[in-house]
Amino acid sequence: MHVQSAGRGRVDPHASVRSYDPEADMMLLHFGPQHPSTHGVFRMDLYLDGEIVVKATPYLGYLHRAVEKLCEKLTYTQSTPIVDKNDYVSPMCNEQALNMAFEKLLGIEVPRRARWIRTIFAELQRIASHLLWLGTFGLDLGGALGGGSTLFLHCFRERELILDLFEDVTGARFHYNTHTIGGNRHDLPAGWNAKVKAALATIESRLPEYEAMSLANSIFVARTKGVGRLDGELALELGITGPILRASGVDHDLRRDAPYHAYDEMEVRVAVARGGDCLARAEVRFAELRESIRLTRSAIDGVPEGPICGFKPIRQPTQVKATSGQVYAALESPRGELGTFLIAGGDTPTSPYRLKIRPPSLHALSAIPYILPGYTVSDAVAILGSLDPIMGEVDR
Amino acid sequence: MSPLVHGAAYGVVIVSALLTVIAFGIWFERKFAGRMQSRLGPTIVGPVGLFQPLADVVKLLQKEDIVPKDADRHLFDIAPILAALCSLGAAAVVPFSSSMVAADLDIGVLYVLGIGGLMVIPTFCAGWASNNKFALLGAMRAIAQSVSYGVPLVLSVLVPVILAGSMSVSGIVAWQSTHHWVAVWPIIPGLPAFFLFFLAMLAESNRIPFDIPEAESELVAGVTTEYTGAKFVLFYMAEYVHTLVGSALGAALFFGGWDGPFAPGLHWMVAKTLAIFVVVYWVRWSLLRLRADQLMDLCWKRLTPIGVALVLLAAAWVQYGPEGAR
Repeated sequence: MHVQSAGRGRVDPHASVRSYDPEADMMLLHFGPQHPSTHGVFRMDLYLDGEIVVKATPYLGYLHRAVEKLCEKLTYTQSTPIVDKNDYVSPMCNEQALNMAFEKLLGIEVPRRARWIRTIFAELQRIASHLLWLGTFGLDLGGALGGGSTLFLHCFRERELILDLFEDVTGARFHYNTHTIGGNRHDLPAGWNAKVKAALATIESRLPEYEAMSLANSIFVARTKGVGRLDGELALELGITGPILRASGVDHDLRRDAPYHAYDEMEVRVAVARGGDCLARAEVRFAELRESIRLTRSAIDGVPEGPICGFKPIRQPTQVKATSGQVYAALESPRGELGTFLIAGGDTPTSPYRLKIRPPSLHALSAIPYILPGYTVSDAVAILGSLDPIMGEVDR
Repeated sequence: MSPLVHGAAYGVVIVSALLTVIAFGIWFERKFAGRMQSRLGPTIVGPVGLFQPLADVVKLLQKEDIVPKDADRHLFDIAPILAALCSLGAAAVVPFSSSMVAADLDIGVLYVLGIGGLMVIPTFCAGWASNNKFALLGAMRAIAQSVSYGVPLVLSVLVPVILAGSMSVSGIVAWQSTHHWVAVWPIIPGLPAFFLFFLAMLAESNRIPFDIPEAESELVAGVTTEYTGAKFVLFYMAEYVHTLVGSALGAALFFGGWDGPFAPGLHWMVAKTLAIFVVVYWVRWSLLRLRADQLMDLCWKRLTPIGVALVLLAAAWVQYGPEGAR
């Protein structure tokens, strides 16, 4: 693993504001949870010297729903729809991460066809998620009453195409509940391949427009270049994964480095950027959009024939039982390594004794106290947007 | 007719005309933005949603008037009124045709710049009086922005003043109707001066990419965060009037105002004003926002030197330009 240092002095997030400059007239700004651009209910306390952030303290937990505890109380077969709501921008990945852990625990082999379908779902979900990120990042930079909302609505228009595709398969637009232990619940309908190809062609043809509005726009570059520098070493220390880590120069992607689904049968070209700033994160996500389009396109025709579930049909919730075992399964969600750690057993063999979800957004947010100080309030919004946090999975 | 009666009569006409134009300007902007964003915009109230702005105003006027605890009540109340007065006051010297001007001041350009610059005072009052940190930050940004864009704005307006040799807006238009439009000839100080004016006007009327004091993704709603109901309407209206009067000034100072063939002067003036107004919207719904320090950097380090150079060029043109053309 190669670590590229972006070269910026390390900030001590635990230092008291009093130790900075006793003469400075600092202002404590409660940023969120009811702020329009905190991506949900995130809250930071910003200590400001003028407009410069001196210290930033993030506060979490406003969206805590005790999902992990719920998963421990529900049986193995019942918890898939619960985790759908974690990362509500890419629900497919939540289901896959959970069921991968269950399958690993029970030692169930997923049929090849199901693995290919899961791969296609994951890549389509990545496209949808990155499109939504681009739109909301536009909102952060350009406001709801301006060019930002134009970018936002255009990205949402394309995201709809992918939701339509998922609707065709699962009947749901958002909370699919399509993955189950050992495979998938829904098979691909007839004619779906052509629809996927048409949607991908539309999205690909419109990507240059979005690039013109973002990467090629001098205002966008001025607002993102050099803003929110995060060096690779710090990113690794904080456990940051996904596009943020890759934008800091660390070449790491579970799809290639620890293949799951059908990724071992495909060649994943991992996008890496060296800047470590908001612009680099945007570049990496744009490259991943194109790569996901390419992967989906190459996978869609190669889906092998066969069963879509390698486990006997579920007839009652208590059907799946495990008395012992301890597994960790992870996949590369659009935001990074989404892992599920679970210990089986306990009083009830039908549900996990402990289930822990490792959300990539939580780790991304842990960079905030390190990278915000020194930038302005405007930059704070841009940096938060570039980290692409989804509070549903942060707080769970 | 005494100047007072004349001014009062024209004032009533122009203010009501402006407010009507703005009501439909808002409708147009929402339709325009809707089309840019592949949606329809307002469609429900009235034919093609034409009465949507009226519905919005009625809705806003019904809202509870909330004054935050510990706010400076008097400043808080007076700020939106001052804002509306400052923006409407600037319309007094705008000539809508050769005879249709409320007050043809000899120093009309100075008056317009002065009263436009006054806008920052109600903005700061509002931010300060709200007892809200987001509003205060917005107010601080508004002051910093006002100091920065003021210089290029004055410099850009000086170009037509020097070329026409008059500080009266009507005088400048009259000169253009006998010579050339400032933005057309001499093209070198003229057209760049218009672009400079346009950028400074975007900054003055808080439009993207310079809507930094409002910046709703950063400062919630900037200085207007705590305002509701009628007071918010006044602020909102002031912003639109400011943009519209700025467009009218751009049309008058750089594109010959009411000068044009075939149609009456009023039509030409309105057409040119609305054309600039639409470009403001177009820019607004396509671009992202600059940061406060980047705006200052742009204004002081780039626009101001360009403005000085343009003023010098205009002076040189008047002094040394070809006899027949200037």
